[in-house]
Amino acid sequence: MNVMSETTLENAVNEKVAAAANERIKMRGEKVGVFYGDKQALFDVDLLVRQNQVTALIGPSGCGKSTFLRCLNRMNDTIDNARVVGKITLDGEDIYDRDIDVVELRSRVGMVFQKPNPFPKSIYDNIAYGPRIHGLARSKADMDAVVESSLKRAGLFNEVKDRLNEPGTGLSGGQQQRLCIARAIAVSPEVILMDEPCSALDPIATARVEELIDELRENYTIVIVTHSMQQAARVSQRTAMFHLGNLVEEGPTEKMFTNPDDKRTQDYITGRFG
Amino acid sequence: MSVSWVLAIILVIGVVAFMVARLRAARLEPQAGVKQHSLPGYHGSYALILAIFPAIIFFGIWKATSPVYIDSAVWRSLPEQVRSASDANRSLTMGTIYTIGDGMRRLTPAELDQVRSGQADLKALFASRGVALASSGEAYMIPAAENYRSMSDSSSLWSAVGAILLSLAGAWLGLSGITLRRRARNNVERVMLWGLIAASTVAILTTVGIVLSMLFQTLTFFQSVPLSNFFFGTVWDPRFAAAGSGGATGQFGLIPLLAGTLYIALVAMLFAVPVGLFAAIYMSEYASRKVRSVVKPVLELLAGIPTIVYGIFALVTVGPLLRDISAALSGGQPFIMAQSVLTAGLVMGIMLIPFVSSLSDDIISSVPRSLHDGSLGLGATRSETVRNVILPAALPGIVGALLLTASRAIGETMIVVLAAGVAAKLTLNPGEAMTTITVKIVNQLTGDLEFTSPQTLVAFALGITLFVITLGMNVLALYIVRKYREQYE
Repeated sequence: MNVMSETTLENAVNEKVAAAANERIKMRGEKVGVFYGDKQALFDVDLLVRQNQVTALIGPSGCGKSTFLRCLNRMNDTIDNARVVGKITLDGEDIYDRDIDVVELRSRVGMVFQKPNPFPKSIYDNIAYGPRIHGLARSKADMDAVVESSLKRAGLFNEVKDRLNEPGTGLSGGQQQRLCIARAIAVSPEVILMDEPCSALDPIATARVEELIDELRENYTIVIVTHSMQQAARVSQRTAMFHLGNLVEEGPTEKMFTNPDDKRTQDYITGRFG
Repeated sequence: MSVSWVLAIILVIGVVAFMVARLRAARLEPQAGVKQHSLPGYHGSYALILAIFPAIIFFGIWKATSPVYIDSAVWRSLPEQVRSASDANRSLTMGTIYTIGDGMRRLTPAELDQVRSGQADLKALFASRGVALASSGEAYMIPAAENYRSMSDSSSLWSAVGAILLSLAGAWLGLSGITLRRRARNNVERVMLWGLIAASTVAILTTVGIVLSMLFQTLTFFQSVPLSNFFFGTVWDPRFAAAGSGGATGQFGLIPLLAGTLYIALVAMLFAVPVGLFAAIYMSEYASRKVRSVVKPVLELLAGIPTIVYGIFALVTVGPLLRDISAALSGGQPFIMAQSVLTAGLVMGIMLIPFVSSLSDDIISSVPRSLHDGSLGLGATRSETVRNVILPAALPGIVGALLLTASRAIGETMIVVLAAGVAAKLTLNPGEAMTTITVKIVNQLTGDLEFTSPQTLVAFALGITLFVITLGMNVLALYIVRKYREQYE
């Protein structure tokens, strides 16, 4: 079996670069396209997601960045007439393979959504939800430990430790979003996908979440969709620019924001179109 | 002048006023620095409203109250001994007088003289003119009838004159003073508001009217049957309401009926709730858009079937089927009667499925998509998501929907009339026949009625009991739904 022969040229080049820098590839998209009914929303995207790095997806509204993100843990399956073509791998395994269990995949590739969406349950039960359905905690003490460590890693523990039994919906917007991140962490995913996680938050809450993303990079691989150029520059190591359903270019964040190869990237990050 | 003529004239006045006012407003001289406040159409509408509504309201009130006034005036004009003698069937006496009064219009002057002098056989004479007279008529009725006739004639004349004058006055008011700054638009808006308020008031007043009409009869009933016998009696045996029998001869125990009602409703809910709820979950969470677009209308079609049809279905199909199956199971003697709690409950359950599924589907669908995605994004399966996130979030709404459904089950009539039987028994065996409050109301109110006997009046007591039960459940349901609705918005 020759893996290289199936790989597109661009990915192959990038892979060599990554190997040279001693970076491991966590996820790989090859010729990924998405159709909603007859309308194609994403065209032939080749993208590598490097382990323990933050990859930012930027681009104007409707450019397909969220669509691509949702392909990475097959959330597009829940949309009635969506169809995905191409190939996406996680640690070399095709996640659209017939033998792949979607439910298990989603526990490995967690997701944080645009709008904070805590369940109408207590803070404790919000965190415990994932571990419970996956049987990750054997005892009450185990579960307490999982909840505590998840909340700590999301930087929320000190704020809520006295009211774990109060509803999660009673928290402030920023706290709710960190609760959702804690909830995603609790099932010990390998990759966390974030779909504009700060768009509903005020600047202070945003700063707190960005800090958190930077800390989380140590243990997780993160892919984040953002509308904010500054945010992409602040939190990510790699940036991918999407436009009209195409991947325009991808590269180290620093290079993308100082010396992009493509004119469209240049125009977008300097605010000339969007 | 007949009512329809008066209404037609008022309408014509209104339309003319509308057109003239619109034309005048359109031809207003523009003035420098003054902006026309309302479009010509609004001036027209305002004139139309002024010309029509006060006149129609006046006319309506006159028509509604004048018969009451005439009735009492004619009654007072009757001789004293007649009034005391026929107090019990006043409406019969008055009815005869009215018929004579109306019938006299069809007689020739010569015949009228005959009638006045008391020489004519009233019944035969009126019959020849196509007017059926209930009794032969007494001599004292003739002047009363003439009195009635002249009063009602002048009443209809003056009401017509008054209404038309009012309409003309309204039209004049609308037409005069059309200026650039007249706020016709705002005035029309205010009338719209009052119209909407009036419409909603009608609904509320109707409810109050229904309750009051039942309340008075119920109070009469409780004059002959003590409260405790009704509410705590365990025997329902009203006997026949033979005309003139009077007096409380039967026993009116509510308990067997209430038990039957609740038991049948319970069986129906036990059947309808799981099926309906599962159907709703399937439709809102699993079904593709294509399936949903077929299944949902079909389920709602089920809700459109008249309940009498379900009743027939129960009577000729489900009942005999259950009886035969139970006979086969026990080897001879059926333990489920053709008319039984089970039959009625089962068929009522089928009827309720679309209510449960449709209401629950709406509620489940209103749970935000983000919660759904959040759970799936954590690696939960669809059924785990439904069980742990969607249903808890939708539960208050679903409970409310179930209470609404239950109150429907309790008030349901046609299915139980045909499928539950009429035997007012107290039993726990669902294979036996029981009866419900609604069935007994139907029983007591069909046939030859006498509205003074408790046998008939008990229907109103039953009705008001039923009303209070279902009202209570609806209020509770609305309270629950409203209390928890805002949670996710």
